[in-house]
Amino acid sequence: MPSLGADMDAGTLVEWLKRPGDQVRHGDIVAVVETQKGAMEIEAFEDGTFDRPLVEIGTKVPVGTPLAFIRGAGEAAPAPVTSEIKLPLPGPAVPSPAPTIAPAPPAALGRHISPAARKLAAERGIGVEGLAGTGPGGAIVYSDIEKATHPAAAPAAKRPGLDLAEMRKAIAAAMARSKREIPHYYLSQPIDLTAAQQWLTGTNTTRDPTERILMAALLSKAVALALHDFPEMNGFHKDGVFQPSAAIHLGTAIAIRGGGLVAPAIRNADTLTLDQLMAAMRDLVARTRAGRLRASEISDPTITVSSLGERGVDRLYAIIYPPQVAIVGFGTPAPQPRVVEGRVEPRLVATATLAADHRVSDGHRGALFLLEIERRLQQPEAL
Amino acid sequence: MTRDDIRKAVIEKLGDIAPETDPAALKEDADVRDALDIDSMDFLNFVTALHRDLHVDIPEADYPKLLTIGGAVAYLAAKSV
Repeated sequence: MPSLGADMDAGTLVEWLKRPGDQVRHGDIVAVVETQKGAMEIEAFEDGTFDRPLVEIGTKVPVGTPLAFIRGAGEAAPAPVTSEIKLPLPGPAVPSPAPTIAPAPPAALGRHISPAARKLAAERGIGVEGLAGTGPGGAIVYSDIEKATHPAAAPAAKRPGLDLAEMRKAIAAAMARSKREIPHYYLSQPIDLTAAQQWLTGTNTTRDPTERILMAALLSKAVALALHDFPEMNGFHKDGVFQPSAAIHLGTAIAIRGGGLVAPAIRNADTLTLDQLMAAMRDLVARTRAGRLRASEISDPTITVSSLGERGVDRLYAIIYPPQVAIVGFGTPAPQPRVVEGRVEPRLVATATLAADHRVSDGHRGALFLLEIERRLQQPEAL
Repeated sequence: MTRDDIRKAVIEKLGDIAPETDPAALKEDADVRDALDIDSMDFLNFVTALHRDLHVDIPEADYPKLLTIGGAVAYLAAKSV
């Protein structure tokens, strides 16, 4: 059971996507676990054969518990449990429970089902195999299970995919820890986005809606590229030391309608083209709202970007998500009078803010970082 | 496609994007972004779905015409003639 942040101490196994005897490759999704941040897909971190599950579906186990035995190439079947699914953020060592070598219950292989729906189906003892899903991409959502049991029942207030009360607890734990441990400093800079908006309008004119790019993609790319010169903003502060990260995995704050927030990673954002970055954002937003993120996407971000979007206020004072050391915020772009070459002109302006960790960097470097983001956004064609 | 068909499609797409809401209960002239808490990514997905299923070109410059259900139905009806 991987740790998806300091605030997580246990998770519930809800689905196996591999069966005993299946070949497993590094990066394959092998299981789904339910956490405070919604359902997470768990990936294998080595190649081999899925030998047997060690945890039964529906069981809540502490972080660090081996979930399954994956047999490496050449390993004999009855080999001792030496090769668990390895995960990047091991939690505290927890003695594994006595392995229950029960055959895996028949799972709906590969079917997308929201955690709320899964929970309800389990409570009511409904098999999901034959059900038609009405959620995004045919996913089975809460209302589908409702209909399957009480066709006439009025649907309760529902929230497909996510348990917002649990998510609120996770946000509270992470933010309280941040405020307790991280000496934040804050900076802000109004950034002229007129050139970026003009480039965007020109680019999107000839494109079908599927191919269009949003301002958020430009902002994220500018941050990712600016980080090349500011390694002290990118990485983790752990065990009293800062560990800079060579890779730039941008945590992207995604609001959940009705409350709640997740910031999964866009991996290697600096190496993606704008089109790739936009596609990654669309995919992340869709999966966040369907409650279908990968565990690594939650634990990977090396810095976070939070954009208020079109309907917001001029700036935000963000709180760093530990163990990260910085978070960049963008307020809502709005027309503002600005002096350009001695004349007052209406320009599109958004205020960028930085909250950074004073244990790692100082305001001078933070200011230069924001200026570099501003500079990058004046040349949108180079993003 | 009749106006009723178009209205049905508009409400269905909004429902897909905000499954926990009831777009059918919205007033014709309510701003869907405020009423359904739709952000720019949601709105782009809304436009993408309308473009895909109704085969109507929707340039960005026309987005403001699609901000209410009444506006969207009128716009799409005029476009699909």
